[in-house]
Amino acid sequence: MNDFWIEGEPVVDKAAPDGPVETRWERRKFAAKLVNPANRRKLTVIVVGTGLAGGSAAATLAEAGYRVKSYCYQDSPRRAHSIAAQGGINAAKNYRNDGDSVYRLFYDTVKGGDFRARESNVYRLAQVSVNIIDQCVAQGVPFAREYGGLLDNRSFGGTQVSRTFYARGQTGQQLLLGAYQAMERQIGLGNIEMNARHEMLELIIVDGKARGIVVRDMVTGEITTEFADAVVLASGGYGNVFFLSTNAKGCNVTASWRAHRKGALFANPCYTQIHPTCIPESGSHQSKLTLMSESLRNDGRVWVPKRAADCQKPAAEIAEEDRDYYLERIYPSFGNLVPRDIASRAAKNVCDEGRGVGPGGLGVYLDFADAIKRLGRKAVEAKYGNLFEMYERITGEDPYATPMRIYPAVHYTMGGLWVDYDLQSTIPGLFVIGEANFSDHGANRLGASALMQGLADGYFVLPNTINNYLAAGPFPSLSEQDAPVVEARKQVEDRIKKLLEINGDRTVDSFHRELGQIMWEYCGMERSEEGLTKAVGLIRALKEEFWTRVKVPGKGEELNQNLEKAGRVADFLELGELMCIDALHRRESCGGHFRAESQTPDGEALRHDDEFSYAAAWEYFGADGKPTLHKEELNFEYVHPSTRSYK
Amino acid sequence: MDIKVRVWRQSGPSSAGQMVTYDVKDISPDASFLEMIDVLNETLILNGDDPIAFDHDCREGICGACSMVINGVAHGPEKATTTCQLHMRHFKDGDVIDVEPWRAAAFPVIKDLVVDRTSFDKIIQAGGYISAPTGTAPDAHATPVPKKDADAAFEAATCIGCGACVAACPNGSSMLFTAAKITHLGLMPQGQPERDTRVIDMLQAQDDAGFGGCTNMGECAEVCPKGIPLSLIGRLNSDYRKAISKH
Repeated sequence: MNDFWIEGEPVVDKAAPDGPVETRWERRKFAAKLVNPANRRKLTVIVVGTGLAGGSAAATLAEAGYRVKSYCYQDSPRRAHSIAAQGGINAAKNYRNDGDSVYRLFYDTVKGGDFRARESNVYRLAQVSVNIIDQCVAQGVPFAREYGGLLDNRSFGGTQVSRTFYARGQTGQQLLLGAYQAMERQIGLGNIEMNARHEMLELIIVDGKARGIVVRDMVTGEITTEFADAVVLASGGYGNVFFLSTNAKGCNVTASWRAHRKGALFANPCYTQIHPTCIPESGSHQSKLTLMSESLRNDGRVWVPKRAADCQKPAAEIAEEDRDYYLERIYPSFGNLVPRDIASRAAKNVCDEGRGVGPGGLGVYLDFADAIKRLGRKAVEAKYGNLFEMYERITGEDPYATPMRIYPAVHYTMGGLWVDYDLQSTIPGLFVIGEANFSDHGANRLGASALMQGLADGYFVLPNTINNYLAAGPFPSLSEQDAPVVEARKQVEDRIKKLLEINGDRTVDSFHRELGQIMWEYCGMERSEEGLTKAVGLIRALKEEFWTRVKVPGKGEELNQNLEKAGRVADFLELGELMCIDALHRRESCGGHFRAESQTPDGEALRHDDEFSYAAAWEYFGADGKPTLHKEELNFEYVHPSTRSYK
Repeated sequence: MDIKVRVWRQSGPSSAGQMVTYDVKDISPDASFLEMIDVLNETLILNGDDPIAFDHDCREGICGACSMVINGVAHGPEKATTTCQLHMRHFKDGDVIDVEPWRAAAFPVIKDLVVDRTSFDKIIQAGGYISAPTGTAPDAHATPVPKKDADAAFEAATCIGCGACVAACPNGSSMLFTAAKITHLGLMPQGQPERDTRVIDMLQAQDDAGFGGCTNMGECAEVCPKGIPLSLIGRLNSDYRKAISKH
């Protein structure tokens, strides 16, 4: 026992079939109960979020005949943050005849996740990946094609096969518009009731089952209770706990956190992906960070000055022999192409040594001078022109003339609400899909796999598994006067009232920034027992200060963007504490989680499979109590744990 | 740099609005336009004033949420740039900058700079899709698509649905938005079966939603942050003529 958490009973995934991994999904689908078409019309499903997972799920459930109610905080479902994904989507089509297969995609994903994901789920993901591409092409998604008219593929994220489908640098946008259009078709047909500019603020549980949500209309401020036979959360990741991230400004953890407070376990919250090639901060006004495609590392060389004294000089004045091409020096065989987590940590290390460049010393150079010399400016322009333009637009610097400055930024969160093989949380009737769940990426996500997982869950997995649950419905109808409904509504109203009444002297953003700085410093690219312990104390103090000093202007019954933010930051403060406790308890390094105490003599991540080969699912234990840890043991029957090496 | 902004303030859909002037001091030229508004809002909150409401989300030019008319131009002075990607270095110390919401009959103001664009979703609902229920798809390689068609469809499909085209149009017309979707889907072989009904239904929907008619002014393409060309409207008109001649 310790000061931070309590250990509880293990948690077990009872929905996953055993036996050969190749047939588990087939057998699960066959064993699952069905709902006949006439009965589907009597069943309502709430879907929160309209990104790739939520949009595809809402459309597919409506097509199947269910009544769907969809909610998003944006003004249109088309604006969900999946839209910003650049690179591509993986699928085991083997259109290149280069030896790809479902098994290879499965293998790469389990290994890439540093052996902290469930084999059953990952195998299914690889299986349905091929159906996703078919589905999207049928919807008219304009993927890149070759001159023969067939789909083009590229390799991505260090895999040895070309299995990534893409639509220039806007794959997420095109896939999301496909799902959005399918959804709009169902809205037009009256099968989906769309509620944009609505935010879920509480989960309604009746007789132990998720039966609805409490929402706030963000235009009028009206609070309503919405009922259903099942609730699906597709509300995305929680990277904005760091304040600065590549997430959209509105991305938040509130839907997931409200469910967690009501009993849903939250798994592996400390697994965060920090992307190495983002545009660095330019000053205290910074509101978000922008990702630059990883493909830049194919031709750009990463360096910093050898001496800290040179860091203030313009790059051009630093002689070749005074530059440290540190990735090439430390990792001679992979050089500038080492995986994301390794490149990020190496950048942090050189900046910590005082050798960073640009404002605040938080940046490293990504230099194309050699590539321009070797290939010519024209060739570099053809490959990276749009990225160079974007860089110049944001920084005002010309990357053809002076090296780019880059720095790592929070990009994706692998953790999320715990779900079983059916994607059902520990609350019956509450399903969680896409980035909001924890199940498929382990401790590290591979490039082009987020889009794959979102669409796999929404188009193909959930619409099958949810039938098994809904077959027992329709559940008894509810009224506004039922005690659990009244209580959930009151929780929302009381919280809004409290936030508005504090009327302190600090803005919501100032708290959010401070939380982000704590998280980045102590729960970012490198974590230690000492730092995490300190962070928990700092976050608890900040939380207390928040609830006494925050200033939220305006009323509840109007469009009030600061009230929205205040509720989200209040939840981020609690999540941040849990992330630090999760990071503290995991005394090993794996994937995106690097513990200073657990490294090899030459500074690489060191896993401890004997002790930590499990998913950590946390139970909420009151805002000031200790969370309870439930371990889900991970078994590797097919892909046997090994050590990654890039030297 | 120190600047002044004159911002449209309107407390609700039915209240009268007015331009209000604010000083913004010591703003970094590296800040984005929205970050400048963030800084101003922080000051307003601490002074006990109501902060300026505005739509924004991804802040990387792809979600289409941000929507400000800056000095009379939708998304401001830089070509092919959304408001969120516009940076203060394009302004000068001492500038006075006007900031207004999209103005169009089909985009009513909700509060300050926030407008209601659900009319765009209604146009898509009417036919801006290919009917392909999940699970019905043939293999992705069953139908090859000529590269030039796929590339042209992609160009049209990059529309972010921000509505700058409508805000810039003297008639408040949504023709560029609708034409982009008609072009995207009409160039794909999968989009052929519904091609005629799509154009007829989408045009009807945009009329019903209160958008104005197109008189080929070309203002829409001028402000489009994604560079959707005016020629797509010609393509839409051609599709429409063919469709009604058959029906």
